[in-house]
Amino acid sequence: MINFPILSLITFLPIIGMMIILFIPKRQSLFIKSFTIIITAIQLALAIFLLSNYNFSLAGINDIKSFQFVEKFRWIEIDGFAWLGKIKIDYLLGVDGLSVPMILLTTIITFIASISSWTIDKSIKGYFLMFLLLDTGMIGVFVALDFFLFYIFWELMLLPMYFLIGIWGGPRREYAAIKFFLYTLLGSVLILLVMIGLYFSSMETLADGTRVFTFNMLELMNPTNYTQNGILSPLNPANLRLIAFIGLFIGFAIKIPMFPFHTWLPDAHVEAPTAISVILAGVLLKMGTYGILRISYPIFPDITKDLLWWIALFGAINIIYGALTAMAQKDFKKLIAYSSVSHMGYVMLGMAALNTLGISGAILQMFNHGTITAMLFLLVGVIYDRAHLRDIEGFGGLGKQMPIYTGFTTVAFFAAIGLPGLSGFISEALVFLGGFGNNSIRIIAIVSTLGILLGAGYMLWTLQRVFLGNLPEKWNQLTDVDTREYIMFIPLVLIIIFLGVYPSPMLNLMNSSVNAIVDVVEKSGLFLKSIGSL
Amino acid sequence: MYESTLINLSLFILLLPLLGFVVTLLLGKKVKSVFIFENLIIILTFFSSVYLLYSKLANFRTTKISSELEWFGFNNFITGTKLSINLGFMIDNITAIMLFVVALISMLVHLYSIEYMKGDERYNRYFAYLGIFTFSMNGIVLTNNILMMYIFWELVGLSSYLLIGFWFEKKTAADAGKKAFIVNRIGDIGMFAGILILFLTYQTFSFDKIFSSISSGVLPFNSDFWLTVTGILLFCGAIGKSAQFPLHVWLPDAMEGPTPVSALIHAATMVAAGVYLVVRIFGLLTADAMLFIGVIGMISAFIPATIALTQNDIKKVLAYSTVSQLGYMIMALGVGAYQFAFFHLVTHAFFKAALFLGSGSVIHAMHHEQDIRKMGGLRNKMPLTYWTFVISSLAISGIPLTSGFLSKDGIIASSMAFANLTGHYLFPIFSLVVALLTAFYMFRLIILTFHGEPRDIHKFEHAHESPFLMVMPLVLLAGLSIFIWYTPNPLNSEQGWILSKWIEKPTVFTPERSRFDFMKSSSDEENNIKQSYLDAEVYKEAMHSAHYPAMILSELMAILGILFAFIVYQWKKINADSIADKIKPLYNFSLNKWYFDEIYNKTFVAFTIGLSKVLAWFDAKIIDGMVNGSAFLTKHFSFFIGNFDKYVIDGIVNFTAYFNGFIGLLVRRIQTGKVQSYLALVIFSLVILLFIFK
Repeated sequence: MINFPILSLITFLPIIGMMIILFIPKRQSLFIKSFTIIITAIQLALAIFLLSNYNFSLAGINDIKSFQFVEKFRWIEIDGFAWLGKIKIDYLLGVDGLSVPMILLTTIITFIASISSWTIDKSIKGYFLMFLLLDTGMIGVFVALDFFLFYIFWELMLLPMYFLIGIWGGPRREYAAIKFFLYTLLGSVLILLVMIGLYFSSMETLADGTRVFTFNMLELMNPTNYTQNGILSPLNPANLRLIAFIGLFIGFAIKIPMFPFHTWLPDAHVEAPTAISVILAGVLLKMGTYGILRISYPIFPDITKDLLWWIALFGAINIIYGALTAMAQKDFKKLIAYSSVSHMGYVMLGMAALNTLGISGAILQMFNHGTITAMLFLLVGVIYDRAHLRDIEGFGGLGKQMPIYTGFTTVAFFAAIGLPGLSGFISEALVFLGGFGNNSIRIIAIVSTLGILLGAGYMLWTLQRVFLGNLPEKWNQLTDVDTREYIMFIPLVLIIIFLGVYPSPMLNLMNSSVNAIVDVVEKSGLFLKSIGSL
Repeated sequence: MYESTLINLSLFILLLPLLGFVVTLLLGKKVKSVFIFENLIIILTFFSSVYLLYSKLANFRTTKISSELEWFGFNNFITGTKLSINLGFMIDNITAIMLFVVALISMLVHLYSIEYMKGDERYNRYFAYLGIFTFSMNGIVLTNNILMMYIFWELVGLSSYLLIGFWFEKKTAADAGKKAFIVNRIGDIGMFAGILILFLTYQTFSFDKIFSSISSGVLPFNSDFWLTVTGILLFCGAIGKSAQFPLHVWLPDAMEGPTPVSALIHAATMVAAGVYLVVRIFGLLTADAMLFIGVIGMISAFIPATIALTQNDIKKVLAYSTVSQLGYMIMALGVGAYQFAFFHLVTHAFFKAALFLGSGSVIHAMHHEQDIRKMGGLRNKMPLTYWTFVISSLAISGIPLTSGFLSKDGIIASSMAFANLTGHYLFPIFSLVVALLTAFYMFRLIILTFHGEPRDIHKFEHAHESPFLMVMPLVLLAGLSIFIWYTPNPLNSEQGWILSKWIEKPTVFTPERSRFDFMKSSSDEENNIKQSYLDAEVYKEAMHSAHYPAMILSELMAILGILFAFIVYQWKKINADSIADKIKPLYNFSLNKWYFDEIYNKTFVAFTIGLSKVLAWFDAKIIDGMVNGSAFLTKHFSFFIGNFDKYVIDGIVNFTAYFNGFIGLLVRRIQTGKVQSYLALVIFSLVILLFIFK
């Protein structure tokens, strides 16, 4: 058993690292870089330690007793503030089968991204300060169980990301950074509004019997906590829950990114430095779907059940639209960005299935997409570092010049296509099995299978244009993968193959929580509908 | 000998080539001789599969051995149930025979390639790819469930992608690899949809469990119609892999791969997988699904046969003949000739491998010349290649004493019996026409390649018989195309051990109402449900009465075809060019492969690429345009507000200040600070006040 606050440690370790770096002179760049790598490595080790102490049978989701490594203490307490009454906000952390995979993913990706950041050569100190701040924000989102705290971490990510794209990015970095910032901020505002609405609709009963408004997610999930006149209470005749759900959903959907809110992604990716693209695609996109599963589903189960068809529909649009748009791209990085749009569609489709197979597939796909796309962006980064070109048509025949690089790319591409034996297949197959198992979205699931054809189309076409054919004269100086790059790729390849051959550990990890999500949405959904109709 | 021994042995056979692949791929750069390891691996695989076949037939001839373990599972603590996704093996005689065929041909292709690929810069990697190809195919053969079949099915797709595009510097090769993978995926989507339906209905992927549920009356969506649809959807996978109409277009292009690879793909792996799939799912096919399969097979047998007539590339002719022969097998399954279909798969594997390796031998000798118009006269220079090629061609044409006669004649007879039983007479008619065409184009190929005068003297003079490692497989495979391995009676295959003892008879599980009449179990047979329809009196009678007419007609057709080939190309009694001129449109139609590629490129491919461009434009201009547009509007609105603020709001503020100042300026003048003027003002004011309030 762990008897120290491991979640806080994982979350704030980067901040500690940041504090230390602050006192290190700028010219010690080598130290700053290696120190960051060490910090992320410790974080990864802590995450693995956490996993080894994790009890797979506990579900979490809406029951604080079955969350693990819970840390809870009163953070803000104001007695009788005007008409608001008593304000109490908890510092509440905890993990379940939904967040542990995401914490693993985040720590893995951050570690690899910190290695990839080795090539940064502009204001190194500032970059790594921002990098570590971002790290804390990401982990925080995945461990917070209090909506207020969640929101703070959610916003905390935004700022470093803005600077990381805006300062260390490509030629159009300012445009991309502002677009990213404003677009995400729009989403944040919607989340904030719903959060405040929920606060004034639900009351938690404290140990001494008094009832207070609450930001505690688990209390918000409890349908008996709603007040009679709460603005988002189902008991309120002016039922605003549908609108609130849609607002919250859009807030999260911008992060996924869901069509039609996805256009910040290609710009941000193209301009961001490689390591930041890796984090963006590997971790940040998952926060959208994580937020939906963690917050929207259990708090609005009644609306969720009504809107599953729409979630599936937008998932299918993401899959097919993303794939077709990717096919037409000429910029290598943009192509991968649109492929992310397509692959995140599978996550939405799986969520919409609302059964064990579908949700397991969705969470697994979040993890797999994180590793596969991280690898794809790293690969693009490798070639960009050498050739300073991302135009697909400008390459060709690299298979001959850089065989090992080609090998890694082939693995990543085929994983993205969903080749059995690699991790992408399992999650996509589960998503389809789940989607097909739900009568209301069956047709959408069948239509979405077109995505696996289109995916093969644009991926293989790209593979051919970049790696096959004859090598243009000017590229015969390109060198193959070096040791640092091996260190980045090999763990990812091993994860991709391992989860493709033996997905059991990951599926078992999330199994109880997945069941709980389905159960909570079904049961509370029915309950809320019944009290709503009175 | 225990059943578990066989299971372990089959696991060994499955994983050996994977080991070969991994080791050869990883060490390929550093250790130049690692290909020897891969070859030893495959030889070991072959002998293991021989041992497996022997043990299966000797000890467990009538039992089906299967074993499975959980791959991953989902507990449902609410309902207390557990959903398991399993991996497993199933070994019946068909598995054992198929495994033997795959291992044999793979081994021969490996050995052959040692010579053929000599000097290639990616020599070791080539052998690694052969390893993964064998591994994937073994997986398809051994599986006991449809999901695992799909998994290895896709891995075969990957292997074919790697090997067809092995010489990726050539654009045509890279294109062909990509095309093979993508066209296959079209079929795979159908297959996947079928799998989804099966899983939804039966909550399992296992063939046996699905079959037993079907026979106990559980149907997809409770209807025969959806059972038919499921069968057809699964069959879509076979349409892709076995290159059936309308997805046959990848196969001729796949000739861009090294020739031994073509032999592997066309004989034992990949294309065979499709037929094998239909063999495995045969039990759930309804009459409608079978009819669909039969028609697709018939069309696929016919179209490529007409195309092969006019092709001039030695490998292309063989490629189209493969599609055509696969069409036979698929059609055979459609008309219920289950045993003959699998039998033909086996015999075809041997003679087609011999033909491809033979063509490789010719190409090797001719310094990579593949155009038969530039060959000729090679008979004396390459006698072994020639004679093995002739034997194999006789086999594919279905001439007695060959293995091809046994299986092909059986298919034609079955189609005739089927026609008599159900009234679908197109099947025998087309299969006879295809027999004629096959014999003709095969002997056209032989005559143009080996007979007559050399047409390219320079290349001819350098031609020579291939080395031992290339010729040995040819002799072996041609040897296997002789009847004696399959039956003691060269005219009746049913007396042979392979049909009467080895290949199991099919069991049909579909509801009685959705079967063909002849497949229904008759009332007195109900005590003995195990009896196959193949043993039913009515079917036996139909086969019996079709036997001689079919044999006579098909021999007539084959001999006519061969004769005609000799008349035109050997004795030159008729000028081929003048015929071609007379039927120019037909000739061009055949030469251009019925324009399938052109049509597909102008419709599906163009549509998809066009749509992707339109959507990319839509995305950049409209969707992103709205984002940028709203940013633009916000920005300009804020400028407007800014100006409003600066000039109007702040203007009012400033105006107020200014106005006050102005008033102050006016009033200031009376603030002089002189007492006398203040006094004067006070008096003046008093006077006015008195005047007012008087």
